[in-house]
Amino acid sequence: MSKKRYPRFFGFLALFSMLLLSGCDYTLLDSKGHVGVQERDLIITATLLMLLVVVPVIFMTIIFAWKYRASNKSATYTPDWAHSTKIELVVWLVPLAIIIVLGYVTYKSTHALDPYRPLESDVKPVTIEVVALDWKWLFIYPEQGIATVNKIVFPANTPINFRITSDSVMNSFFIPALGGQIYAMAGMQTKLHLIANENGEFDGISANYSGAGFTGMKFKATATSQADFDAWVAEVKNSPKQLATAEYTALAKPSERNPVELYSTVTPNLFQIIIDKYEGMKPGKIEHEKKEVAGMEGMDMGKHSAAEAEE
Amino acid sequence: MFGKLSLDAIPFHEPIVMITIAMIAIGGAAVLGLITYFKKWTYLWTEWLTSVDHKKIGVMYIIIAMVMLLRGFADAIMMRSQLALATEGSPGYLPPEHYDQIFTAHGVIMIIFMAMPFFTGLMNIVLPLQIGARDVAFPFLNSLSLYLLISGVVLVNVSLGVGEFARTGWVAYPPLSELGYSPGVGVDYYIWALQLSGLGTTLTGVNFLVTVLKMRTPGMKLMDMPIFTWTCTWANVLIVASFPILTATLALLTLDRYLDFHIFTNELGGNPMMYVNLFWAWGHPEVYILILPAFGVFSEVISTFTGKRLFGHHSMIYASGAISVLGFMVWLHHFFTMGSGASVNAFFGLATMLISIPTGVKLFNWLFTIYQGRLRFTAPVMWTLGFMVTFSIGGMTGVLLAIPGADFVLHNSLFVIAHFHNVIIGGAVFGYIAGFAFWFPKAFGFKLNEKWGKAAFWFWISGFYVAFMPLYALGFMGMTRRLNTTDNPDWTPYLHVAFWGAALIMVGIACQLIQIYVSIRDREQNRDVTGDPWNGHTLEWSTSSPPPFYNFAELPKANEIDAFYAAKRDGEAYPVPAKYSDIHMPNNTATGLVMGALLTVFGFAMIWHIWWLSIASLVGTIVYFVIHAARDDQGYMVPASEVARIEGEQHKILASVRNAQANTPVNKLEQA
Repeated sequence: MSKKRYPRFFGFLALFSMLLLSGCDYTLLDSKGHVGVQERDLIITATLLMLLVVVPVIFMTIIFAWKYRASNKSATYTPDWAHSTKIELVVWLVPLAIIIVLGYVTYKSTHALDPYRPLESDVKPVTIEVVALDWKWLFIYPEQGIATVNKIVFPANTPINFRITSDSVMNSFFIPALGGQIYAMAGMQTKLHLIANENGEFDGISANYSGAGFTGMKFKATATSQADFDAWVAEVKNSPKQLATAEYTALAKPSERNPVELYSTVTPNLFQIIIDKYEGMKPGKIEHEKKEVAGMEGMDMGKHSAAEAEE
Repeated sequence: MFGKLSLDAIPFHEPIVMITIAMIAIGGAAVLGLITYFKKWTYLWTEWLTSVDHKKIGVMYIIIAMVMLLRGFADAIMMRSQLALATEGSPGYLPPEHYDQIFTAHGVIMIIFMAMPFFTGLMNIVLPLQIGARDVAFPFLNSLSLYLLISGVVLVNVSLGVGEFARTGWVAYPPLSELGYSPGVGVDYYIWALQLSGLGTTLTGVNFLVTVLKMRTPGMKLMDMPIFTWTCTWANVLIVASFPILTATLALLTLDRYLDFHIFTNELGGNPMMYVNLFWAWGHPEVYILILPAFGVFSEVISTFTGKRLFGHHSMIYASGAISVLGFMVWLHHFFTMGSGASVNAFFGLATMLISIPTGVKLFNWLFTIYQGRLRFTAPVMWTLGFMVTFSIGGMTGVLLAIPGADFVLHNSLFVIAHFHNVIIGGAVFGYIAGFAFWFPKAFGFKLNEKWGKAAFWFWISGFYVAFMPLYALGFMGMTRRLNTTDNPDWTPYLHVAFWGAALIMVGIACQLIQIYVSIRDREQNRDVTGDPWNGHTLEWSTSSPPPFYNFAELPKANEIDAFYAAKRDGEAYPVPAKYSDIHMPNNTATGLVMGALLTVFGFAMIWHIWWLSIASLVGTIVYFVIHAARDDQGYMVPASEVARIEGEQHKILASVRNAQANTPVNKLEQA
């Protein structure tokens, strides 16, 4: 049921054009994610719908321009003909009709593909908390009590609930092979839900420019079997590094092309502490004392900017 | 004494920058030397720099636009060559701190300092002539607007040699653009360059709105105004409504950066999302400000060169209006990925799609204008046909991006880059170049060389497709924008192809420069003696080329759409009045130039925190303006005898042309 969120007819259109495009190495068109596949079908459906107008316009441009060229004296010439209610009706109504259909598809798909919407599945989801830092990604597995930098592993065919924030500027969390992206912003939490349809290693990127180290702000996302995932968690739990307050403060400092890090433990509730450092999305919540404490844990931007201003 | 400014601000260690500066210095010295050698300073000062004549101001706007096109294109070719070289682990030749300035500067320059002045220049030259006016409503204000733009241009170019430009992308999103993450002067250059030129744009919008409302020739109804005037008018409505948002947003960012406010910061309750909303509440209407006048150009070009009236004149006006109004309600489609929720995203997605309806109507109207016409394949027509094909594709990818579900994977990818270059180059820039060729004879009295114009067109359009179609593909391959190196071998061939596309566009630009040179050289062969080289429909073609400084000796009659077409049909064109009357004209003034110069100093002083100089230049600006306003300049009268002399000469030329035409069997205009 969840796979057919908009009418079947458009699905056929999408299938048909996939035949034409098969064999390409286009990541987005060859999606390995449950959401990504639907987004691809949507792109193809919408494109085909619009081609219904665009192709005739392009052909008419070329044909009309050629037929009514000045040297073709045999073509009809009506210099004063500048109005026709019939044609005007057609040129307003044809685009309108297509937009009504496309609008319907858009409305349905926007709700179906809302990144905040949890994905239906019989399998218990895995939660991963994501923190964008300058210029690397910190991942916290709250249920497993582990953390990583620039690498995630998760079971395939399992909903992954990403909870995303930033302890720096705005970034966008994006695994192109699996489906949509969402911004990472300080002081607030955004959500993204994805399912990998098969095992594999996928590229993860920031899709919103965030400064000098932006290009190198990449991670690897690996979808594996449940057994391999469990084994990996056990392996991480044995790694020597631990992500306590001091380590986090050091990690939050700007660095480029950070190597993968694995942390066997992590400060409890670190994700919420990072969000609570900022007041952005919580108007009225002024807990100065708490803020001071939290400020010590990360980079205190207030002091930082004041220092710069003195320059 | 000099704030943050010291000799360290000059990037001596950057060979690329220093060579560029040296070339600019040599070029600038050569120009100044030539002006001195030919003793043209007085001419330049009295005829151009202090002029309040809308036609001359328009020409100066377009010259700036073309110079900035070269600057912006230099940035483009550097980016494309960096990305063609920096593949599979190679760092290329531009380090991030340099590359990031280049893409920021490219965006700012192309939008604010190339496209905007190009449109403003065309509007300045053409709009008052189309409505049969002698000048704009506020001629001095027009001159001030020009110099405010030049202030911005100067600051952007100074940033090349003194300090740095922003490394934030042209949108300058906080918190990245806040002091904490961008402590240098780059963002300050960005703020003040946009702030000053934006103020000029707002004044232009007000000026031209008042002009169309109050200065139309008697008898011309609003709905009978030529379509280019109408699309400019809609653009001006958008300017007046949206540019104050930019001004306020930049002012808030200024408070953050200069006075330690926390409006858009992460901490202390600031909210960067507010900036993103405000920026696009201006930024989206801005793209319609660029495209609508181009639509107007295409309409004029198509109707003139098919020898037909524009199909659905009123439909076009309503369609432009619908685009303007809707253009204000769609800003959120630039950040569906912010997490606004499905209903909000769906609303803005649907609103965006609605815009494609009036846009589609326009395309069909142009098609039905060509239908049963006699299309002459001149260079402006080539640009128009190229636009119709290219823009259809760009419009389609735009609607695709308006679908939130599709945008989640395409957002910020090279697909987006390809899309907006598709509509801005294939729409706005093609339109401006078509308009440039179309009205060039009106402004200068001779036509542009057709052969070089068509060569430029073919290089531009093929270059466009070669440069940007690979970017659509790269978007589908998951390549995001603003990367300075790549490591995916699948992308490399596409990046190489895109570079060669940029090279083709470079040849196109070279063809345009050659075209201008050749046209000036051969100007005597290409003289437009009648003032109506294309058999035009609207009033600008009823006066001589170039028009006399007062435009029209007698305000022209306009009782229907295409007033000049009607006059020629009824045999009433080129009327000779029984008696000429005196004409009231405004005096030249250097106030705009002086205020612009002082405000440039003000911006520079603010950027470098030289507080005493900021205060002195700002006070100086205000004082100079008060003195100017108190002068009570009433303008001057052109005596009727002088008007009669100028008009007499033109009528003599017209009579000789008419005789020559009567003696040749084929009508020259039909053949052209």
